[in-house]
Amino acid sequence: MAIEDPIEAKETVVQATEKYKVRIENVNGWYGNKRAIKDINLNVKEKTVTAFIGPSGCGKTTLIRCLNRMHEMTPGAHADGRIIVDGIDIYDKSIDPVIIRRRIGMVFQKPNPFPTMSIFDNVAAGLKLNGLTNKTIIREVVEESLKEAALWDEVKNQLEQPGMSLSGGQQQRLCIARALAMQPEVLLMDEPTSSLDPLGSSKIEELVRALKDSVTIIIVTHNMQQAGRVSDFTAFMYLGDLIEYGSTNQIFMKPEKELTERYISGKFG
Amino acid sequence: MVGLVAFSVAKGSIDIFAKEGFNFITQSNWDAVEGRESFGAFPYIIGTLLSAGIAMLIGVPISLGIAIFISEIAPPRIGTPLAFLSELLAAVPSIIYGLWALFVFRFWVRDLVEKPLYDVFHASVPFFAKTPFGLDIFTAGVVLAIMIIPIVSSICREVMKVVPNSQREAAYSLGATRWETVRMAVFPYVKSGLVGASMLGLGRAVGETILVTMIIGNVIGPNAIPTTLFSQGQTLASLVANEFNEASSDLHLSALIALGAILLVLTMGINVAARIMVKKKIKVQSGAKSQ
Amino acid sequence: MTINNNKKYRDILLETVDKKYRKRMFVNKLVTITTVVCVIAAIVPLTSILIEVVRNGISAISYDFLTQPQGSIGSGSGGIAPAIQGTFIVVGLAAAIGTPVGLLTGIYLSEFAKEGKFSYAVRFFNDVLTGLPSIVIGIVGYVLIVLALGSFSVLAGALSLSIIMIPIVVRVTEETLKVVPYSLREAGHSLGLSKAKITLFIVLPAAKDGILTGIVVAISRIAGETAPLIMTILGTSLFFTGITGPVDALPLRIWRLASQPYESAHAFGWGSALVLILMILALSMGLRLLVQKRSLRPVT
Repeated sequence: MAIEDPIEAKETVVQATEKYKVRIENVNGWYGNKRAIKDINLNVKEKTVTAFIGPSGCGKTTLIRCLNRMHEMTPGAHADGRIIVDGIDIYDKSIDPVIIRRRIGMVFQKPNPFPTMSIFDNVAAGLKLNGLTNKTIIREVVEESLKEAALWDEVKNQLEQPGMSLSGGQQQRLCIARALAMQPEVLLMDEPTSSLDPLGSSKIEELVRALKDSVTIIIVTHNMQQAGRVSDFTAFMYLGDLIEYGSTNQIFMKPEKELTERYISGKFG
Repeated sequence: MVGLVAFSVAKGSIDIFAKEGFNFITQSNWDAVEGRESFGAFPYIIGTLLSAGIAMLIGVPISLGIAIFISEIAPPRIGTPLAFLSELLAAVPSIIYGLWALFVFRFWVRDLVEKPLYDVFHASVPFFAKTPFGLDIFTAGVVLAIMIIPIVSSICREVMKVVPNSQREAAYSLGATRWETVRMAVFPYVKSGLVGASMLGLGRAVGETILVTMIIGNVIGPNAIPTTLFSQGQTLASLVANEFNEASSDLHLSALIALGAILLVLTMGINVAARIMVKKKIKVQSGAKSQ
Repeated sequence: MTINNNKKYRDILLETVDKKYRKRMFVNKLVTITTVVCVIAAIVPLTSILIEVVRNGISAISYDFLTQPQGSIGSGSGGIAPAIQGTFIVVGLAAAIGTPVGLLTGIYLSEFAKEGKFSYAVRFFNDVLTGLPSIVIGIVGYVLIVLALGSFSVLAGALSLSIIMIPIVVRVTEETLKVVPYSLREAGHSLGLSKAKITLFIVLPAAKDGILTGIVVAISRIAGETAPLIMTILGTSLFFTGITGPVDALPLRIWRLASQPYESAHAFGWGSALVLILMILALSMGLRLLVQKRSLRPVT
């Protein structure tokens, strides 16, 4: 697959709208008066995996939380700029974040299944929430989502067990299944393996690679090797700025900026 | 020390139970005149449960609403001063609620709530079939509700604070509205804690003395069994407060202390139940923390 | 294949979402409005209380009101000085009994008690005691002291109030001490200090502000108690005569004044209420200043 340089493609604005799933234009993220991310411009292609990397505090988590308007749920936080998903500016005044979050799934640093719900109910939670009542369809979607999250074989005989009874890695895959059940077009993953053991992590990574056939994935990670293994594109951030963005091969093999090169080679971070 | 309390109350009330036996709880006479002394606690048990019941019916939903507003909906700019205000009000002594209720609030209740209800429903609904006066069981219940709101809502708030934000974010990320997030990610987590908070409020309402004494109307004997919401009444605690200093005989005094004994058993039951509820909450939490 | 399925479900879901969206937004708005109504419903009476107390109270307060005993009933002359004095004496004595007992029990539970049936029982009964109605505790004061001494007395009142105070102090002390990080205690152990010394010189100072707050909360609570005083100190409208004699107190005075049929007595009631609230407020403001001042100092 030929990889286009997304930085160059940014120049072709209107015509290229359909080519990019997510376009981030001049986005700033604030905590009170503190600007945590500064004027970010970045385009994400459909059905690819894009990784945000950088040392802690670089704003990668803030950026990903801007993408489904979760950032503004933090007291005192807000964001400006334009983020266009499928041609719709999600920061437009007429857009309800509730609708946005339905179309853009999110997986968090720590697995957070609903503790009082069974495995089945955890996956079905979003469907029921959105008013789906047809039991047959709910069952089908739950099964499908658990299969997509590579969890079905492990839990198919214990769907009524509480979600908390699973291991950490299984819980995280349960959360992925819960997000997938909403049939998202974009899946945001905020350091999804940071609280898991190596085995659990590698299962998640495998899953990410498999999922990109059906959904656009953006993943934040502090682990460079992980970014190299799972992503097609990589964005390197530092102190709130987007330093460099390109195909993962290019970023890792021949970075253009000195800062990127130093980070990649482990000289800081 | 609880032993001390139990001992004192038991010692004080032994005379009356020796005379009246179990009838003390079920009968309604209250006559302190020497020679024909006869005491029964039944009307006051009813009065206590009814006024506390009204207080719960009004106070708990409002407290819950306040807690949800402050901890889940309002931005900190509005929530923090509100929380501060409710801490402040929780420290206001009940005698001051009583004073205000007696001279200000009972007229509000009488003119704005009771009279309209009476005018419309007195013929059709027996609850409202009495000319309202303002000093009655209904008013007592409403004022009790006002008194327990700051306490109950601040406990509810504390219970809800324990829910980790990751739970809320999970719900939001599925496209939940604020209310759906509260329903889905917060309530299941804290349900028993909220019940516990309400029970503590119930304990307060049942045991509250001086406030009730000032506004419930203070009738004794069979008349104290309320027939309508607007009847004058009497609670266990208010009767003790009213007659303690005027008790005419040892038996009369013993009867009053026995009312205290019933109150003791009632509130202990409520508190133990509340404690069990709060404990359940902790179990759910530690389960959630394990991962 | 996955992709096709995905598409199918996506359409179904989109359709439902569209259909149900309005209703969900409506419910959300309704709940939000309901909670705001709850807040207003609570704020109106509560601010009314504060406004009425201040408005009616201020006109009653004068120099005489604060320094003179009550004049003849209904005359509207004199003041509530005995009640103010009585409140200070009874509450002071109750705090003098309740603070050390509560503090020591709390320290014992947190630092020395082994987790077992005994400490569980202490904790359990402590909680039960917290929930007891104050009037029941007044009965204790009556049966144990008033009957024994044959007279209503300061002592009986103070004892009853201290029984109300102790469980609050115990719980706050224990909870505050539990929060002190274990590493502080380990630092003490590594210096070879005894357990008592560690508790006294390391753990307690670290928890000082929290415990102080708890004690002040408990004192303001008992300062407003009325019911147990009815059956212990009686309320005499006279000045203090001795620890075994009856005395007056503000909450009790408010109650008696409110039950009289005279306007002047009611005005006195409001005045007393304002004095009581100001005393409680002063207590918590004083605490706030104390605690804040300390936290301004460099870390100790």
